[in-house]
Order: sequence, then C-alpha cells, then structure tokens
Amino acid sequence: MEESGGGDLLSEAMCSGARVVVVEDCVEAPAAFVLHLLLKRALAGGGGAALLALAQPFFHYDRVLRKMGCNLSMHRKSGRLHFFDLQAFPGATRGGSIADSLAQLYLAVQRVVDANRTEGNAARFTVMIDDISLLEVAACGSANDVLDFLHYCVTLTSEMQNCSLVVLIHEDIYSSEDGVELLLPLRYIADLVIKAAPLSTGLAADVHGQLSVVNKGMLSEQRPAKGQKVWNFHFKVKENGADFFYPGSRH
Amino acid sequence: MAAAAAGTGGQALGRSSFSRAASSQTASSSSTASGVKLGPNGAAFVSSGIPDLDRILGGGFLLGSVVMVMEDSDAPHHLLLLRNFMAQGVVHKQPLLFAGPMKEPRAFLGALPAPVASSKEDARQRAIGPGATSDGRASDEGLRIAWQYRKYFGEEKTSHAQHRDNKQEFSNDFDLRKPLERHLLNAQHIECLSTQDVDNLSDLQDRCSTFLSKLPRKDGGTLNAGQIAIQSLCAPQCGYFGKDWDMVSFIRSLKSMVRSSNAVAVITFPYTVLSNSFCKRWQHLADTLLSIKAIPDEDKDLAKLLTGYQDMVGFLHVHKVAQTNSQVPVILEASTFSLKLRKRRSLVLERLNQAPVDGSSGPSSGSSGSCSSSVQGSQLDF
Repeated sequence: MEESGGGDLLSEAMCSGARVVVVEDCVEAPAAFVLHLLLKRALAGGGGAALLALAQPFFHYDRVLRKMGCNLSMHRKSGRLHFFDLQAFPGATRGGSIADSLAQLYLAVQRVVDANRTEGNAARFTVMIDDISLLEVAACGSANDVLDFLHYCVTLTSEMQNCSLVVLIHEDIYSSEDGVELLLPLRYIADLVIKAAPLSTGLAADVHGQLSVVNKGMLSEQRPAKGQKVWNFHFKVKENGADFFYPGSRH
Repeated sequence: MAAAAAGTGGQALGRSSFSRAASSQTASSSSTASGVKLGPNGAAFVSSGIPDLDRILGGGFLLGSVVMVMEDSDAPHHLLLLRNFMAQGVVHKQPLLFAGPMKEPRAFLGALPAPVASSKEDARQRAIGPGATSDGRASDEGLRIAWQYRKYFGEEKTSHAQHRDNKQEFSNDFDLRKPLERHLLNAQHIECLSTQDVDNLSDLQDRCSTFLSKLPRKDGGTLNAGQIAIQSLCAPQCGYFGKDWDMVSFIRSLKSMVRSSNAVAVITFPYTVLSNSFCKRWQHLADTLLSIKAIPDEDKDLAKLLTGYQDMVGFLHVHKVAQTNSQVPVILEASTFSLKLRKRRSLVLERLNQAPVDGSSGPSSGSSGSCSSSVQGSQLDF
C-alpha cells in the first residue's frame, strides 16, 4: 500500500484503522514533515483530503510536496484536495464571535466531506489541521471553542467509513501547568500519537530526531501487523521524504 | 507592403526588446545593489548587518520571514543586532518601520552605527580611480590597513567592478562608535512608532499592514525590500503588556503578511517576562530564532575554558533557521557563537574555541566548545 520513500517504519507502526492521528512536536524537532508524508499518503490511491492550513500558505505545501512527487495544484484543481487558507482566520468576520467563525469553518469542512461521501467513492478522506495551536491563537485562547470544533470534526470522521483526522500540535507549549487544557483532551481522543522529539545529544547531520508512535486504539482489527503498541525510531528528513530507522542501525 | 511594415515592426520590436533587456539588466543590478541577494531554491536575502551572521544563516535574513531574537534579561546586547540590521537597511535605502517601547523612537535612529566603508565613499573612490584614492584614504584613515588591503586585492584581481561592488555592498561592517550620517536618516523612508503606553496592538498592526502593502511580493521583478524592526515587543512598559493572546495573534498576522511581501521583520523580545507556554508559542511562530546572552565580566571558569575570552561580549545561539520551500531543517555545524567586538568597533561572530587545557591535550584546542566530552575523549586517546 505504501510507496517506497513514504517511510516504511512509520507506515508499519501506524495501524491502518486509526481515526484520529495526533502529531506532536516541539521547537527543536518540528514534525511538519510527518504531515507532508501523511498528506501525500492520503492523496495517493484516489483518496481525498481537506487541509486546514493555519501555518503556511498554499505555495509552501505545493512546493514541498512537489519535491516528494505529489502535485497539490493538480489535486486541488481536480477537487481531491480542498485547501482552506486560514492564515488570516477569522479575518473579515471580526464582528461575530469566534464560536460563529469556527461553526462556519466546520460547516465548510462538513460540506466538503459530505460531497465526498455522496460521490459514492469508498476512497479514504483525510481532514488535516496544521496546526491546532494556531487555531487556539486565532480563537484568542478560548480552548473550549477549539475543543468544540475538534469534537465536531471527530464526530464527522466517525460518521464516515474511511475518514480520518490528523492534527498537529506543538506539545511543548502545553508542557507547563497553565496550558494543558488542549493537549490532554487531544491525547485522549487520539487513536494514534506520533511524537517527534530531538535527540538528547542535540541535532546531528544524519539524525534529525526521534519519533515515538503510540497505538492507542488497540482493537483486534486495528492491530498492526506486529501487534506492537509503542514504536521508537530515529528519522532523517529529506527533500523527497524521510528516512526512518532504528537507533544504531544506520551505519 | 504589409509584410515589410510587419518586418520593420518586428525589427523595431526586436530592437526595443533588446534595449529593454539592457535596461532591465541595469535595473536588476541596481536592485541587487540595494541589498537583496538571491540564493538557491528561489530564496532572496537581505543582510543582517553582520557579515558573519549572514554567512552562518546561509546568506542573510530570508525575505518574507520573521526573525525573532530572545533578549538577555540583564544586558541590552540584542540592540547590537537590531541596530546593525536597521543601519544596513538604511544604507541600502530600504524602507524601514521601527517600533520600540520608548517615548521618542526616532531618537533610537541616532544610535545607528555607520558603515566602516560607506557605499557612498566607495562610489566616489571608484569615480576618482584607485591611484588617487589611495593617497586620500591613507591620509585620512591610516588605521584601516587590513580593510584597505582587501580592497586593493579586489581592484587588482578583477575588472568586473560591478560584481565585486555588489558583493561588498550586500553587507557592510559597521563601526559601533560612529553614528550614521544624519542625511541618510532624514532622506529615508523611515517610519517610527512608539509602543510605550499604547493600549492595544491594532495601531501597530495597521501600520505594519500599510507598510507591507507597498512592498508586494514579485517573483523575478525588481526587488525592493523593506524592513520591520520591533524592539522588545512584550516589554512591561508597553500598555498592552499582559495581553498575551493579543500579542501572539499580532505576531501570527504579521507573519502571514510578511510572508506575502518583500520584507523581513525582526522582533526582539524579553522572553523572561512571558510565561513558559507563551514563550514557546512565540518561538514556534519565529521563522528564524536567535537568542543572545551576555557574559559576565569576570567569569574565571569561562575565561579558562575559552580562548579569546577578553574580546567577547556575549554568545549568540541559533535555534532555528528559516527555510523556503523545503521541509529539511538546517543543521548548523555549531549553533553557539561568540559575539566579539573587533578593535572595539565592529561585530564579529566566531565559533567557540576551547583553550588548551594543558600541553598534552594541545590538539583538542580546535574542537568546538559545545561538546566538552570530545576533549575528554582526546585526552583518553593520549
């Protein structure tokens, strides 16, 4: 199912039935590349995706994914990728409350997902949020509204057969006492947590950090091939993908 | 007849396109002269005002990125970076928007350093010729011998005066003891804004957006870069201090605006007044993240450990380097550099060098200071 260069170890570690995937990163080890990999995988094989982009403009994703062999402009034109440019969110609707703006955003996402469903294709559909911390900033710190939005999205994915939600969150923001209200619920609803962390010895040229993948939804049909719950491995980000390998197995 | 007319028309067109090409070439050369350097991957850089920092960051500050500098809580060393950056922009005649928590932000411009070799003097020299200038220069500035050697090398070696000039002018060395000439400051398109006792950030945001709207992003067109410099954005003397969410959303919107324009924003912030989680938020929002630390005057242990400790004024740590169109992070060979004043006037950055511990471990003196374990390893080798 997974193409070469798409990260063998990562796809092995990810159980196929994961509905909600949470990607955690920190300043020292950004995990945007995991999103790029997942987006490429979501669009491969006829799948569709909705990308809620708060962090970067479209041309950034376009150029990065193009190097990985995935033409986002084409997918966008053909209607398989729905790109929501939320860099200026909530922007013009400044008059209304943030809850209204989020509700409108949710309705837009729902329309896209419904349209995909009524087309009758059984292909996968992925809703991706890059990243949820910025959505919280856009909501001026109202974590409850963001959680409501997330909850709606989760319900949306559970309604559909092959729909999943991928959320990027900067974990180190919430490491202190005062800001845990978003991270803990997100971890709770996650079926799969992918966490990027720097090496304790600092960054090296050939190891950019380590990923730990935790499978939480361990129902029997979701069990990955090797039945493992926690995976730890190193990664190196490249222009056309990423290398994943066990510590010490590289050379 | 018609064909002939078309032929002449074509000829005329050809000629005009030829002349336009020539003019566009001069335009592009003048645009590079105004301080924009094109890099690989479609990147365009402006200089940070410190040639060493440009080299470390792979060309300079990336156009369309937000650079954040974490201030030292005890010493105003971040001002060194900010002043050099602003002075470089002024020398390049780039539009500049400065905001700082002070009553008279325009007074801050008076503290900008002057370039050691200002571009104007350079041009005058070129007009007069190398022979005449050597006399004139030697008489009025006898001390800058090293700099002059470099200049002569350049002039003897190459006849491509244009190329050399562009390269030299992209980043200047600045003399911290000499203020920038007044006429440069007055002639410029410089806006100043005070953030002291201002209750909200909407004014600053509006000023930034009008400023940036004049600098639309054009790929391949004439490049006119702008600078936004904000000093101590979250300082306690600002009226909006404590409105953490407002500040973060300001940075977020500034980032998206800068991203779509030909400008660089440099923000310094005293991170110690922010709570831990907000400090992380700010760091995540930065494209390029630097932190600066002053060193105490008499730290005997450090003085023993590092060579050239006397000249150091602080450490610069590079946390993040901005990237265009790529997901691969930039891994530097060393991320901590010592900030030194060369001849007490111009800033240089150097890799940390460990002083030799004793005679037997001489070879380890070249190893970088960030990994002290390597020294022990080499000791074991002997």
